[in-house]
This record gives sequence, structure tokens and C-alpha cells, in this order.
Amino acid sequence: MNDIVTVGTTTPTELKGLGIPDEKLKSILRKMVLARRFEEKVEELYLKMALITGPCHLYLGMEAIAAGAAEALTVDDYVLATYRGHGHAVTRDAPLDKVFAELMGRVDGTCKGLGGSMHAATWTEKKLMLATAIVGSNIPIAAGMGLAVKKKGLDAVVVAYFGDGAVNSGSFNEGVNLAAVWKVPAIFVCENNQYAMSLPEARGVASKSIAERAAAYDIPTFVADGNDPVSVYRAMKEARGICRRGDGPCFIEARTYRMKGHGIYDKADYRPSDEVREWAGKDPIAMFSKLLVDQKVLSEKEYGDMRSTIDNEIEAAVKKARASPYPEFSTLQGMVYPE
Amino acid sequence: MRELTYLEALNEALSSAMERSNDVFLLGEDIGAYGGAFGVTKGLLQEFGADRVIDTPISEAAIVGAALGASLLGMKPVAEIMYMDFLPISMDQLVTHAAKLYYMSGGQLKAGLVLRTQYSLGRAHGAQHSEFLPAWFLQAPGLKVVAPSTPHDAKGLLNASLKEKGPVLFVECAMLYKSKGDVPEGYYEVPLGKADVKRQGGDMTIVAISRMVPEALAAAERLAEKGIDAEVIDPRTIQPLDRKTIIDSVSKTGRLLIASDDMKTGGVGAEIAATVFEEAFDRLKAPLSRVCSPDLPIPFASPLEKEYMPSSEKVEKAALELAKW
Repeated sequence: MNDIVTVGTTTPTELKGLGIPDEKLKSILRKMVLARRFEEKVEELYLKMALITGPCHLYLGMEAIAAGAAEALTVDDYVLATYRGHGHAVTRDAPLDKVFAELMGRVDGTCKGLGGSMHAATWTEKKLMLATAIVGSNIPIAAGMGLAVKKKGLDAVVVAYFGDGAVNSGSFNEGVNLAAVWKVPAIFVCENNQYAMSLPEARGVASKSIAERAAAYDIPTFVADGNDPVSVYRAMKEARGICRRGDGPCFIEARTYRMKGHGIYDKADYRPSDEVREWAGKDPIAMFSKLLVDQKVLSEKEYGDMRSTIDNEIEAAVKKARASPYPEFSTLQGMVYPE
Repeated sequence: MRELTYLEALNEALSSAMERSNDVFLLGEDIGAYGGAFGVTKGLLQEFGADRVIDTPISEAAIVGAALGASLLGMKPVAEIMYMDFLPISMDQLVTHAAKLYYMSGGQLKAGLVLRTQYSLGRAHGAQHSEFLPAWFLQAPGLKVVAPSTPHDAKGLLNASLKEKGPVLFVECAMLYKSKGDVPEGYYEVPLGKADVKRQGGDMTIVAISRMVPEALAAAERLAEKGIDAEVIDPRTIQPLDRKTIIDSVSKTGRLLIASDDMKTGGVGAEIAATVFEEAFDRLKAPLSRVCSPDLPIPFASPLEKEYMPSSEKVEKAALELAKW
């Protein structure tokens, strides 16, 4: 069995020694704030304005994973997201107005309004290849994409995101095994937010840990701090290197916490309040921005400017999305079979 | 023209497709050195190597999911699911993902994969290794479902399926693998969505699917001796279904008999019957008739299975009844 490598939480003294350029660190923070503000706006549009309907799964609290990972990837890498994929879309630079429009079911959305909130992260121009609503189903798809990357000799890896609930699906076990047997450049990222809808990890996962289950497939496995983007970034960077050397696939377990319920409608009162309080104290953006300001990577003013720029971007994107019409029903019949 | 078996025709189509394009590769259980559970992929491993004829573990969901993933990067995977009964295990990847991806992604994603499978009704394989389930896939918009009945069509339809940009479920029939017929040597396609009139006739229309096509043709010959001239139509593609050819024929004959190996309730025949009822009710001279499998799990013992199965004799008997109207 491969050893499980733990990439620990970044300490203040450690940060500068890691050799990550300041610009990279600032970019990670910007992506985290963007993902946070995006979701806060989605919540508002859903709950207060009813401009977004249907299921809607917020990425709040998990921003360190998508942002840290995105900065470790290149524009040529492929990403397979899930129904909780807004964070992956915006940190991968999908156009904000198009993602908003998709959430509203408008024709200018990422999927022309035909995918909806659970598929809004599909945007092939940025190699966001799929956002699936069936738990665990993107894992075998990633194995096949990895096979194609290998066959075509592309300089790319395939990253599949999923939650802790997915590791109990047949698709996880079939897909990771196949990827491992084929040695394809796929990186499986388990965003362990500790709840499969309402089922806590301890009652759903019999293995000692999710990482141990993955390591049983004899693939390089990492455990990262899912609330620390630098920890995720380092794990992803390492995994990408292994994949590009032909020694993939790899697995990353990033432990984090959902700030809200499973979906926007879920009050999540099945969670113990002391647990919620404890994790509220580990807000990834609060911690990371403090680290960067304390270490003088950016000033308070720069951080403030960053936030107001993002606020303006969000407002402009919402305005543009709202102006988009719904698709015409008469066009649907022509969308079933590819031309 | 030379004769090939249905199995050889499929093998030839796969082999020449792999020669023509490096994007085509095969994956499935025991398709390599073993040559496929039925021998369809025999020799291909030796010809193209293990990178292009990939033996997979028993992971039906992952086989289809991986084929889907590779197709998203423009490759042309041909996945084999050994028995149609195993297809439900991969239903999520095939129906929930592959079939809908183009639509749901607003046209961004194209899952151009071919999924080959077969049904073994008539070979005493029991209730979990014999089923013909085409109707399950009729409610999967975006998925095309093909069921060839002759060696000629098997090769031509497989060639056409390989050119599709979306997913194709290609359903073979184990009882037909050894059947022989004329197969042109060169490349040709049999277009999807186009039925074939296998026998012209003016007294009644028999729409037959897959194995029931030769059975219906044999019945038609005996019916001809009794003065009944049956037209036999093979839709060849179940989805999309060539409704026009069926309606045109029924408009001419006024009588319809549907012969298919799948179960009667909610089967392919039900869809064909409803179509004719909707569109050609006024041209029917008689109630339509269906020769299908009864709504039972398939019995194992050969004599019982034989009794269970639709057959040429059952078609003939039903046709004689229909002709009385």
C-alpha cells in the first residue's frame, strides 16, 4: 500500500519558505473571496428575490479547496465538478454572468439554461468538462478522460471533485480501481465536508479514513487541510507532478466543513451546535486573509480593494444574467442529438 | 457476393474501423485474449494490441463511464457489455449521463461512444442472462438504439454507429451470431433511423425486431403458400424509430402484426402499436396483433424457454388469425 502523505496546515513562519510567489497567494485569496461572494449572492437571489429556483448547493466554507487546487493546475487540465460546483466554476475563471444565468435557467447560461444549478459548472472553454448531479458518477468518467489524455499524449491531468458521500458509491470503487489499473493521469479530490446530505461521515464510512480507503488501491494519496488553500495547493501540485510523470492516478482527501446545509433549503439542524461553532472559528477566508496580511503578502487596503472589485464584478454579472431571456421551448427538440 | 456470419460481419466492422482511425478503441470484459464471450472481438488484440483492445475488470458502470470520459476528448470508444442483462448496472452512465449530456450542456458535450451488447434468449441461459430490454432505453432521449437482424445490416449499422456524434446502444442477438448472409467487402453504412422492407407484400404488415426478422420471413413464406402476402419490415433502429415506413406499409395493407423478443407489457411493440393507432387508425381493417414474450422472467429449462419464446410458428398462427378479418 502507498503511504499516505499528510500536507499539514501552513504555519505563519512556514509560508514564505514554501517559495510560492506572492502573486500566486493573492490570486488564491481572490478566488476564495470570489467563490464566497458568488455564493452569498446566490443565496440572496434564491431566498430573497426568487430569481434562482430548484435545488442549489452552496460551496460556502469550502473555498480553500477549489481555490488552492485551481492555482496548482494549468489551463490545459480538465476538471469534473459536481452539483456543488459553483466554486469550481468561478475559481476556474468561468464567466460569472454565464454561471449566474445558468442558475436562473437563462439562455445565456453556461449550458444555455438547460443544465441548471447542479450543472452550471460545465464550461468547456475552461475545460470544466462536466458537473454531475449523481453522486460519485464523475469518477469513472475521469478514469476514461485520463485514458484519453494518456492516449493522445496531452500535457494535462483530469481532476474529479466529489464529497465524502461519494466514496461509498460503486462508481468510486469501480472508477478509482480502473484508473489505478490503467495508471492514468487522474486526480481524485474528496472534499470531505463530513456530511453526505445529513449522514455524518462516521455513520457512512466504515474505513478508518477516506484516505486509507483510497490508498488501498495502491495510489499516491494525500491528506490536506481543506480549510487551508496552501495545503491543498501543495498537495495538488505534488499530485499533478506524479500524474505527469506517468505515476498517477492520485487521491487527495481535503477535510473541510459545509457552512450551510446540503442544499440552500436545508437548515442543517442535524448537526451538533458545538461542532458548527467550532468550524465557524476556522473560516478559511478569515484565516488565510489574516495570514497574508500578517505576513505582509498584501496590505489591509489591498485586501479591501480586492473585495470591492469582486463585489462590483458580481453585481455587473447578476445584472447581465437577469437581462437574459429563458430559452425558447421550440428549440429544445433540436438539442437532443449532436450535429 | 461473399457470405459472412453476423459475428464475422461485426468483427470486420470493428477491425476496419480501428484501422481507419486511431481514435477507435475497444474496452470490455474478456474482449482481448479471450476474444469476447461470444467471439466478436477475436483476433483484434493480436492485430491492434492491448492499448486498443482493453480488457477491463468486472465494472460495468466504470466501463461505460470510462468510455464516456474518453469520448468527451474526441475518442471513439466501443464498449462491450457482455449480456444485455448487465446493462442496468451501467444505466446511470448510459442514460443519466451519456444520453443527456449534449442537451444538458447546451451542446457543449458530445458523448460519441458505441456500447455493444447482446441478448441470449433461446440459449438456456436463465432469467439473468437472456433478457432483451430495448424498451428500457426508449425513454432516454439522446440515445440511439440499434438492433440488426442480418450480417449485412450488422456491419453497415455498426459502421454508421461509429460515425455518430452521440451515444449508440448497439444490441446484437446471440442466436443470430452464426447466421450467414451476403456482406459487401468494402466500407458501407446502413443509416440509423431507416427501416428496411425485408419482404414486400400487400395483405398485412409484420414489423419484426432483431431475431424475429428471420422468424417472420420464414413465416411469411409459409403464409404465401396459403395465399397470404405479408410485408416484413425491420426497423433496424429502435430509437429513432422509422415511423413513416411502418405507417406507409400499414396504410397499404390495413393489418399490423408486431413480432419481438421483448416482453409484451410496455415493450417496443407497444410503442409501435400506439404510433399506428395514433397515425393510421382509420386505415386499419383489423385489431393489431403482437407476438412477444409473456410477462415472466425467462424460464431456464429448454422446453419451457422454447414455449416462452416468440417464434416463426407463433407469428404464422397470429397472422392467420389476423387474416380472417
